[in-house]
Amino acid sequence: MSAHESVSSALRAANDAGRPALIPFITAGYPKLEDFMDVLAAVSDVGDVVEIGVPFSDPMADGMTIQRSSHEAIKNGVSLRWILEQLSANRDRIKAPVVLMSYMNPLLAIGYDELAKRALAAGVCGFIVPDLPFEESHDLRAALESQGLGVVQLVTPATPAERLQLLADASRGFLYAVTITGITGGDGGLPDDLAAYLDRVSKVSPLPVCAGFGIRAAGDVANVGQHAAGAIVGSALVEVLERGEDPAAFLRSLRD
Amino acid sequence: MKSLLESGDAEKLLAASINGELPDERGRFGPFGGRYIPETLVPAFERLEQGVRKFLHDDDFQKEFRAELHNWVGRPTALTPAPTLSARWGCDVWLKREDLAHTGAHKINNAIGQALLAKRLGAKRVIAETGAGQHGVASAAACARVGLPCTVYMGALDMQRQAPNVDRMHRLGAEVVAVESGDATLRAAIDEAMRCWVSDPDGIYYLLGSAVGPHPYPWLVRELQNVIGEEAREQMLRLAGGLPDAAFACVGGGSNAIGLFYPLLADTQTELFGVEPGGRGPGLGDNAATLATGRPGVLQGSYTMILQDDDGQVQETHSISAGLDYSGVGPEHALLQAIGRVNYIMASDEEALDALGELCEAEGILTALETAHAYAAAKKWAANNPGKRILIGNSGRGDKDMPTLIQYPVSARK
Ligand SMILES: Cc1ncc(COP(=O)(O)O)c(C=O)c1O
Repeated sequence: MSAHESVSSALRAANDAGRPALIPFITAGYPKLEDFMDVLAAVSDVGDVVEIGVPFSDPMADGMTIQRSSHEAIKNGVSLRWILEQLSANRDRIKAPVVLMSYMNPLLAIGYDELAKRALAAGVCGFIVPDLPFEESHDLRAALESQGLGVVQLVTPATPAERLQLLADASRGFLYAVTITGITGGDGGLPDDLAAYLDRVSKVSPLPVCAGFGIRAAGDVANVGQHAAGAIVGSALVEVLERGEDPAAFLRSLRD
Repeated sequence: MKSLLESGDAEKLLAASINGELPDERGRFGPFGGRYIPETLVPAFERLEQGVRKFLHDDDFQKEFRAELHNWVGRPTALTPAPTLSARWGCDVWLKREDLAHTGAHKINNAIGQALLAKRLGAKRVIAETGAGQHGVASAAACARVGLPCTVYMGALDMQRQAPNVDRMHRLGAEVVAVESGDATLRAAIDEAMRCWVSDPDGIYYLLGSAVGPHPYPWLVRELQNVIGEEAREQMLRLAGGLPDAAFACVGGGSNAIGLFYPLLADTQTELFGVEPGGRGPGLGDNAATLATGRPGVLQGSYTMILQDDDGQVQETHSISAGLDYSGVGPEHALLQAIGRVNYIMASDEEALDALGELCEAEGILTALETAHAYAAAKKWAANNPGKRILIGNSGRGDKDMPTLIQYPVSARK
């Protein structure tokens, strides 16, 4: 099984067990550098797949919470190279498949071929790249797929039907359905027509569809779970870490 | 850098550029440019690009744009001979006076052009970012002129440095939002404007202020600013007796520079110099000389030269002039550097302040701190090239810089 297939199969296993999959997002090395592996181990015990945010100086698609955590993490000395080293050295501690969320420039700085090799060695299964539209993604996808990794594509409520199919087919691991037209971290609640949108996306996707942006509570997860394979929880979890609370307990509460 | 181009590419790309074939349909200037944006913005950018293709070169739009440039902006701006500087520097010096344009800088050409476009595209409101405040003032004025509400994002640090412009924006009816995130300067303001746009891509028109960002902005801004170079070229031939041997313009994002240079690209006897802020020195973080000291990467939607560390984190910058204090640069400049058509050089804070002083006393013109960088570089070049004809893009006036200039009293600098 290739790395990106292990992501899909972990999500399907959760659904087969009768529950929506849960994908926690954490910013690497936040709030403290030295706690990274402990936090990751804790959330990977509860989550089915874990999304690790590679901090970037200009997180164009992120709201206040993730921006703030990114700036702190960079100050703490977190870099993509450091993250890959930590993961390589601690592979056995992480049970769930891992995908990295990174903006383009840190990926370019390592170089795509080097990135794909190191990521595979570190147990990373795929990448989410919020500032990389499909049209510009050919080189990165080719480099990652040569190692069995892939790019998780994002779609939004504004994505036209034809483009939706294109993105669904190009995606690897899962298809990321952005719930709102906006940035991460919104607390304006989920849109009323979410169910119809998720049904539309799930219908065209050969892969499990996971919904993210604005998911904060157990009710949101259950709600999303009726129309998609799983839910991604980012800002709400980062806020838990910011307050110094127990991330695993928070994630378990989302399942109740 | 050269490694991004194959041998022989430089000539082909220069020819393509002169023939108006760049950017290509993917928004590329050779390897640079493109569109690196969140999926949420893809439909909005597609609509914007279609709108630009439909309206920009359409006769009605051009007629209205040209009329506004003439009647409201006050174009053509003068080409001023600078006899005292000429005598002092031993060259024949000419100034293209964008400081005489309405609101005091070249920014207004782009702002009124895009505001007219926003109107045609059916936008409900306009957002803009600003560094020095010049683009914010220009946007506020242009939006008032066409009747659209305007919100300007501005770094909190820049709001302190450019207080008079904040007040001008308010008076022109714009809302000014202080951006505290990141380095609280222009880059953070652009990030924040992009985020805002993501939240309502249908109703909002983002009026970007320089030749940077995702396609089609670098192209759109160049097409609206190249009126500077068209006029200057014609005026040089008519008034100065020939094209310049060298032309100088300061480079922040690069809009006034591309506006001046673009119509001169084919005139290869004219050497072109883009002048970046050397700040307080060559160290990372001490300047904002992106082309002179940066590396290629993706920032704010474009593959271009950026100031970054080995991990790809974009670096904070320093310049005495808020309008040049930016870690990226327009992708067309990255190409013009890679193919060797334009030289990108630096002038320090110190040199800019000196040049600003000299221009005041020699010619009675208080220029912007941004622009002063171009003068500093031109003066140095003149020292090694006696008798040559020089054109300087005087991109804006310096009134807005008084809060900064007051910290450097004249007597102390003598
Ligand atoms: C007078 C003046 N010149 C130059 C600039 C730099 O911008 P650009 O490089 O886009 O011309 C600014 C920016 O605010 C400005 O106000």
